[in-house]
Amino acid sequence: MNVLIFGCGRTGAALALQLSRSHSVTVIEQNLDAVRRLGAKHDCRVVIGSGIDEDTLIRAGISEADAFFAVTRGDNTNLMAAQVAQINYNVKHICVRVADPNRAEAYRKLGMTCITPALIIAGMMRDWLTETPYEQIDSYNALPAEMEVI
Amino acid sequence: MYLILVGGGNVGMQLAKKLIGRGHEVLLMEKDSKQAHRLGTVLGEETIFVGDGCEIATQKEAGFNRADAVVAVTGEDEDNLVVCQMAKVVWNVQRVLARVNDPTHEAIFKKIGVDQTVSATSLIFSLLDQQITMDEFIPIGALAKGNIEIVETVLSGRSPAVGLRLRELSLPPQTNIIYILRNEQGMLVGGDTQFMEGDTILALVPSDKADALRDMLAAKH
Repeated sequence: MNVLIFGCGRTGAALALQLSRSHSVTVIEQNLDAVRRLGAKHDCRVVIGSGIDEDTLIRAGISEADAFFAVTRGDNTNLMAAQVAQINYNVKHICVRVADPNRAEAYRKLGMTCITPALIIAGMMRDWLTETPYEQIDSYNALPAEMEVI
Repeated sequence: MYLILVGGGNVGMQLAKKLIGRGHEVLLMEKDSKQAHRLGTVLGEETIFVGDGCEIATQKEAGFNRADAVVAVTGEDEDNLVVCQMAKVVWNVQRVLARVNDPTHEAIFKKIGVDQTVSATSLIFSLLDQQITMDEFIPIGALAKGNIEIVETVLSGRSPAVGLRLRELSLPPQTNIIYILRNEQGMLVGGDTQFMEGDTILALVPSDKADALRDMLAAKH
């Protein structure tokens, strides 16, 4: 598969290194320093720029992408980039990191696959302590009733 | 009307001022507390909401559910996009408007359902573009070893031909207006065809009459 990863933080770099074992991976990152997280030897293509900028997406090969991950620190940046990939380029697999649980829930309702790291970590830690078997990711990702705003 | 503005930079502040002047109930959201304080001294503290307009909890507190319009005017397009989208899908706000800083983003705003976008860059560019290209004669081609030219021009509002019919223009000899592009539609030209602002005109003109034709169609600089 052709995989695009927007954001080369710890998450993006780890994802890129793992997927590039068997897939063609392109990393989009604005900050040249962050690209160092991939190490000196890696099989990823790197495009410097922003994933909300269509010229950058085109350079990164969005038209031929099978999967698009938006994993920068900015929820809104991720959500915008993912929607450009979805609406303008019809990328099949799109996955967005959204730190704010309520925002993630709102976009999940629109059909977006949102991963909320804080909820997953919290849920897994809870299950670890109570020696509950780990669950499917969706049950961790779901907004806990206590955090519902509306 | 209850109007919520997100983003307390210069645009947000000036806009809030104007809207308050028109008698609207206005809430300006700004996440930076220092900036919010500054805005409070200018606009009155009751107008300012300190908080991130992208968060649902803040949106609830600010009263997105009863807003007649939400206007996102931060300097970041991704923030404006999410504010507008959440206003629509979470709070069912009827009118959402966004400032778009990078004009290439306008299309995606439209596609996700933002009613109206405003891009200062696009606006300035189009004004500048009009100034530059309107009333200029653009040579398209030449016939008879260059003795006859095919020219194109766009009629500005100041063109003396605007409002006149073709028969009312006394074109220079051997000159013919062959085609008009109006609203991206091509039109053949007859004696009754009336010229309108914004028309793109294609004409055949002998080279030595080009200046006379220009005087007829183009505003004096």
